[in-house]
Amino acid sequence: MKKTKLFNVHQKLGAKIVDFAGYQMPVQYSSIIAEHKDVRNSVGVFDVSHMGEIFILGKRALDFVQEITVNDASKLTLGRVQYSAMCYKDGGIVDDLLVYKLNDERFMLVVNASNIEKDYNWMIENNSFGVDIINESDEYSLLAIQGPNSKDVLQKICDKNLDIKYYHFFNANVAGVDMIVSRTGYTGELGYEIYFKGDESVAENVWNNIFEAGEEFEIKPVGLGARDTLRLEMGFCLYGNDIDKTTNPLEAGLGWITKLKKNHFIAKEILLKIKEVGLKRKLVPLETEERVFPRRGYDLTAGGRKIGNVTSGTVSPILEKSIALGYVEKDFAYEGTTVNFMIRGKEVPAKVVKLPFVKK
Amino acid sequence: MNFPENLKYSDDHEWILIEGNVATIGITDYAQSELGDIVFVDINPDLADVHAGETLGTIEAVKTVSDILVPFNGKIIEINKALADAPEDVNTDPYGKGWMIKIEISDPSEIEKLLDVETYKILIGQ
Repeated sequence: MKKTKLFNVHQKLGAKIVDFAGYQMPVQYSSIIAEHKDVRNSVGVFDVSHMGEIFILGKRALDFVQEITVNDASKLTLGRVQYSAMCYKDGGIVDDLLVYKLNDERFMLVVNASNIEKDYNWMIENNSFGVDIINESDEYSLLAIQGPNSKDVLQKICDKNLDIKYYHFFNANVAGVDMIVSRTGYTGELGYEIYFKGDESVAENVWNNIFEAGEEFEIKPVGLGARDTLRLEMGFCLYGNDIDKTTNPLEAGLGWITKLKKNHFIAKEILLKIKEVGLKRKLVPLETEERVFPRRGYDLTAGGRKIGNVTSGTVSPILEKSIALGYVEKDFAYEGTTVNFMIRGKEVPAKVVKLPFVKK
Repeated sequence: MNFPENLKYSDDHEWILIEGNVATIGITDYAQSELGDIVFVDINPDLADVHAGETLGTIEAVKTVSDILVPFNGKIIEINKALADAPEDVNTDPYGKGWMIKIEISDPSEIEKLLDVETYKILIGQ
């Protein structure tokens, strides 16, 4: 089991540690609900160093990234980030990821921790472009500073103006360390993700500087538990729950990142065909007023039969309502449609709604 | 973590307060801490006569769901209705406001099978 460079910090803070994607990670420090609200109301810090950083280097780096991802990486200018996905030839999703264009011959791909090895090997298999593929996941620490006060906190220790747009990044010096500062996150709040190298003492120094800067805002450490409830309130997909090798990006609601007009990419033919034939099912957001907890794996029913299943669910700490994502047959994939959660043998009505669950 | 000495405990991480032939039941500080934020406590209101091992309801926490089990045979005489609106009481006050059910004990000899505080602490490695 691997540890991030901040493992000792989490232990000292009394975090509950769980095994996640091969890492010992903090799932909560005090309470998932309290940490969730800290992020929505002020600012919180996540250690997400388990995420993978894979670098693509070479003259044909862009061509390679275009081939393996579904979004159009040629639209990326320097300093921009793109949300994308990699798909197998059959349209199933290898992983979802962030694509950073560092320069014309250098891209950084940020992938899910559970998929680092799989993604790396799959990239190697598909490298007919002579690029260098370098997995630097173990070298990089990644912290996410998220919440309405995140900018005010980070600005105190960052040498560059943080007024950048969503999905933009730059190189800056934060707390004496050169790093990538990116206006991204998995919470729907104003927030930044910072990528930097260095050993435990470097990581602890950055962490401590952030917490000193955030003291006046009562900055809090936030675990993976709240990371999951925060992303679900926004309806962001989680690989392994809502998307995986058995789901394609079109049915997962990721059509907006799937650029079927782009010259060529690995899953293009099959995805065009799937689009032409029509989707069989769709991932939809569901909400209920009932006091139930819809969990991953529960059946979705309508007219007395199974029409889908829940892929993620929780009780929204902000709405204090039960929310879920799930796949339903296409005839039920319309806003306002009523379906049922099947919970311990009982049907509980839920409505198909619009994302995000929590409007910003 | 706090484990009052005047209580009995079960393998299923419940505490039992015995007063005469009435047992008040809730979940232990350890159980609430393992579950994390509790968002619903759903106790079946129809049950009257209950049997050891029977499921009386569920505790839904953000991370997981757990059954409320009866530790011995008896008859339910009261459930804590306040938990419907304040499930977080189980997290903040597991031995007080977080109590769940009161049962009239059928066979007092079954009480002997419950754990004392020291045995329970060994069970959870404290």
